[in-house]
Amino acid sequence: MTDKIKKATRHTNQNEGLIFEKSSPGKRAFELPPLDVPAADPAKALGASYRQKGVEGFPEVSEIEVIRHFTRLSTWNYAIDLGMYPLGSCTMKYNPRVNEFVARLDGLATEHPYQSQELSQGCLKILQLLEKCLLEITGMDAVTLQPAAGAQGELTGLLLIRAYHERNGNPRKKVLIPDSAHGTNPATAVIAGYEVENIKSESHGQIDVDKLRDLVTPDVAALMITNPSTLGIFEERIPEIAEILHAQGALLYMDGANMNALTGITRPGDLGVDVMHLNLHKTFSTPHGGGGPGAGPVAMKKILEPFRPVPILVEKEAGRLALEQIRPHSIGRVKAFSGNFGVLVRALAYILAYGPGVRQATEDAVLNANYIRKHLEGIFDLPYSLPSMHEVVFSDALQKKNGVNTMDIAKRLIDYGFHPYTTAFPLIVPGALMIEPTESESREECDLFIDAMRSIAEEAATNPELVRTAPHTTRVRRLDEVGAARKPILRWKPQASRTEAAD
Amino acid sequence: MRYLPKSPAERQDMLAAIGAKSIDDLFSSIPERYRLQEALKLPGPLSETEVIDFFKARAAENSGGYTSFLGAGVYHHLRSVVTDAIIQRGEFLTSYTPYQAEITQGTLQAIFEFQTLMCQLTGQEVANASMYDGSTATTEAVLMAERLTGRTRILVARSLHPEYRDVLKTYAKNSGLHVEEIAYSANGTLDQKAFESALKDDVAAVVVQSPNFFGVIESLAPLRDAAHSSGALLVTAITEGVSLGLLTPPAEADIVAMEAQSFGLAPSYGGPFAGVIASRDKFVRQMPGRLAGQTTDSEGRRGFVLTLATREQHIRREKATSNICTNQALCALAATVHLTLLGKEGLGEVARQNLSKAKFALAELENIPGVRRAFDAPFFNEFTVELPRSVKIVNAYLQREKIIGPFVLGTAYPELTKHALVCVTETTPRAEIERFAAAVRRALEQPV
Ligand SMILES: Cc1ncc(COP(=O)(O)O)c(C=O)c1O
Repeated sequence: MTDKIKKATRHTNQNEGLIFEKSSPGKRAFELPPLDVPAADPAKALGASYRQKGVEGFPEVSEIEVIRHFTRLSTWNYAIDLGMYPLGSCTMKYNPRVNEFVARLDGLATEHPYQSQELSQGCLKILQLLEKCLLEITGMDAVTLQPAAGAQGELTGLLLIRAYHERNGNPRKKVLIPDSAHGTNPATAVIAGYEVENIKSESHGQIDVDKLRDLVTPDVAALMITNPSTLGIFEERIPEIAEILHAQGALLYMDGANMNALTGITRPGDLGVDVMHLNLHKTFSTPHGGGGPGAGPVAMKKILEPFRPVPILVEKEAGRLALEQIRPHSIGRVKAFSGNFGVLVRALAYILAYGPGVRQATEDAVLNANYIRKHLEGIFDLPYSLPSMHEVVFSDALQKKNGVNTMDIAKRLIDYGFHPYTTAFPLIVPGALMIEPTESESREECDLFIDAMRSIAEEAATNPELVRTAPHTTRVRRLDEVGAARKPILRWKPQASRTEAAD
Repeated sequence: MRYLPKSPAERQDMLAAIGAKSIDDLFSSIPERYRLQEALKLPGPLSETEVIDFFKARAAENSGGYTSFLGAGVYHHLRSVVTDAIIQRGEFLTSYTPYQAEITQGTLQAIFEFQTLMCQLTGQEVANASMYDGSTATTEAVLMAERLTGRTRILVARSLHPEYRDVLKTYAKNSGLHVEEIAYSANGTLDQKAFESALKDDVAAVVVQSPNFFGVIESLAPLRDAAHSSGALLVTAITEGVSLGLLTPPAEADIVAMEAQSFGLAPSYGGPFAGVIASRDKFVRQMPGRLAGQTTDSEGRRGFVLTLATREQHIRREKATSNICTNQALCALAATVHLTLLGKEGLGEVARQNLSKAKFALAELENIPGVRRAFDAPFFNEFTVELPRSVKIVNAYLQREKIIGPFVLGTAYPELTKHALVCVTETTPRAEIERFAAAVRRALEQPV
C-alpha cells in the first residue's frame, strides 16, 4: 500500500489513529451556555497558580470526530453482546440494558452523597433492599455494600477478621490460602498485615482436610477458601473445614467469586462460612466495562458485625433510613462515600428481575458447563475429574505433545468468533483451559463453541503451526508483549511517537 | 425468564446428553442437607416495566427540584449525552479486562489515550488506569511512596479530604505506617512551619490536596523542596480535576492521586468514579494498577497491550504492588470521551466559568452582614465562609427553600462549627446563586 492511499480496507480494519493525532487547534466538540456572571480574571484570581496556556497537547476535535473515533475503536473489541465469552472465574453473563437505564435516572445518577438523608431516602431504600436480598442469598447475618470490587471485599473481610481476633486479645499471624486461589487472595492478606501460608490441594483438587487439621494452629487467623474452587468443584467437606477452624478459634473466609454456582441452591452461611465477598460484576450481572467498575459487598456472621466499615445503614423511627458514620469498633472506612452506588443499583435491578427464579440462572449455568465438559472430555485433558459446577478446567496436556499450548488454543478460538477462556490460572493446573459459559448461552451457542474447540484440537494434531500462529483474522496479530515491557511507551508524545514508530 | 435463552425441551435434551436424570444430579456434590428446600425469599420477578417503575419511585424520594451547593469531593458538572452513548456501546460495556489484546484493541487504545490525557493534565510522565476512587488512589500513592523510600512515617495535611484520610488510616493500620496530621494555617494552606518541624529523615511522604478540602490552592514548590531535602516524596491529591484546566499542573509532586469524577461521571450518590495515580517514569515499577503500553504486532503494526504486569497480583500474588484487579475502566473511558469532547478550549472554558461563578457567589455572600470568608488563599470553585450561626441551622432553613446547602465543615473539623464549604460550578445559574444568597440572608435573620 502506498502512503497516498489511506483508506483501502473495510472500516473495522482501518487503522484509526490516536485522538491526539487528529487534533487541530481551534476545533471543539462541546459548547457551554454563555457565562451569566462577570468573568473573573484568572491571572488576578490565581496569581502564580494560573496555567496561562491551557493544557498542552489536549485534543482539539469536533463532535463527529469524537463519535467516529470511539465508535471505530469499539469495533475492535469482542464483547458479550457479540457472542459467548467463556472467561473462567469472570462470569461474563448478559448485562441487562434496563439496569443501565435505571442507574442513569434523574433522581439517582444526580444525587450527591452529602445531601441530607431526608432527601436521600430513595437511595437508602435501594441500599437497604439490596442488603436484605444479599443476606437472603448468602444466609449471613450482616453485610456491607462499601467495597468497590472483589479484592477490596477480601481486604474488608480480612480486616473484620483481624478486628475480631484483636478484640479477643491477639490478631494472630497467618492466613491459609490454597494453591488454587486467585492472585488477589494472597495479595490482600499481606495488606491486612498477615503472612500467607499456601496450602497444597490434595490429588482431587480439594482442600486436604487431614493436613489442614495440622496446619490450623493458634497462629492462624483464617482460611480463605473459594467455593466452588477455581477448578469449578464444590468443596464437599466445607462444613467440616469450618469446624476445624472454629475449634482453634480461626475463621473461614469464602471468596464468593463463584456464587453463580450456588445462588438459590445453597447458602454459604449455612455451610459454616463466617465472612465472604460477592462480586456483583460477576454473579449479579453488572457490566465489566473493559475491567470495571464492580462492587464487592461483604456478608458476615453476627460475630463480625460490630466491626463493619462505615458508613452503616440503619433504620430509625418510622422507617426513616440513615447512614451512620461513627461506630466504636468499626474497622474504619475502606472507600469514600457510599460504595459504588450506581453498580449497586444495577445489581438490585438484576435481582428484582429474577426474584426467587434466580435459581434457574444457577441451574442453567451449571447445565451449560457440564454440557461443554461432556462434549470436550477426552479431546482435552481433564486433570481433576470431580463433578463440575459452573465452570470446567481442562489442561493442554494432549495438545502440548504437538507443541500447542493453552494460549495458542485460546488465540485460535478468536478466529472461530469466540473470546478465549481463562488461561492464567488456577496455578495447580499447568496449561489450564478454564471455561465458564454462564447461563446466558443458548444450547446453539454452546454447540458452536464445542465444535470450535473440537476443530482446534484437530488442527493442533494435523496443522499445529496454524494454531501456534493464531489469530489470523484479527485487526492486529499477536503483539510483542516482551518489547512493550522492556521499553515501555505508556503515553503519546508529539514527537517521540513518530520516531519510535520508525525504529 | 427473559434473560435465559433456553426452552424447557432444550434443557431436557442437554441433561440427556450429559447423562443426568434431573438437574439435581448436577448438584450432587453439595451435601443434601445443605441444599435449600425452598425458594429464596426475594422480591420479584419483575418485568422490565416494573423494574423501571420501582427505581423511578425511589428516584422520586430523593432531591429532585433542589439546587445544590455541595462539592467536597463530588461535583456537579455538565455532561454531554455523547459520553453515555459511547460508553453504552456493547463492545465497551460488555467486554472484560483487555488481557486478550488482539480482540480488545479498542479498550486498550482508549486506556492509552486516558493515560496520556492524565499526564497532560497533571504534568506527570506516567499515569495508570485506574484505581477505585480518589480515596484509594491516595492510599495507594502513599503505599507506593513507602516502597520507594523504605520509610514508614506519613505526614498528611488535615486539609486532605476527611474521608480520604479515613481510608488511608484503615489501610495504614496493618501496613506498619505511622500517619500524622499536619495543621492548616490561617489562610487555609498547609502550615509550613508545622510541616517542617515534623519532617525528619524517617518520613516517606507528605500528602497534600490542592485545591484542598477548604477550597484553597496550595503552593507545591516549597513543600516539594522541604520534602526532598529530607528524602521524602510529595504526594498531591486532587479531588476536583476540572481545576487543572486553569491551574498550573502539579508537576512538583512525585506522585499525584486524582479523582476523575469531574470528568463526565455523574455524582451517583458517591460512585462509581475513577481514581488515577500519576508519577515519574522512574517510579513506574512501583506503581499499582493497570497500564497499557504501545507495541507492535508480528507484522509491525502499532498496537497496545497491558504491560508491566509483573507488578500485579495475578503474577506476583503476595509480592504484588497492590491487590487491585477489577478497577473502574468504564469510568476511565467516560472520562476519556468527556475530556476529548471538551478539548483544550472547552476544559479551559469550563474551568473559567467555575472560577467566575464561585467568585460571584462569594461576593454575594460577603454582602450579607456577619458572613465572612474564612481562608483567604486563592481558590477555584469552592470556598469557605464563616457564618454568624450554626451551618446546620442555616442548611435546615435552606432545605425548606429547595436548596441543598453547603458542606458543614464542623462534621469533620470540630473547630469549624460555623464554617461552610460552598461549591459553585458551571451548572449553577446566576439566578440560583442569587436565590441562595437571599435565602442565606433570610436564614440568618430568623429568630433563634
Ligand atoms: C476467584 C476470584 N477471586 C477474586 C477475584 C477478584 O475480584 P475483583 O476483580 O472484583 O477484585 C476474582 C476476579 O477475577 C476471582 O476470579
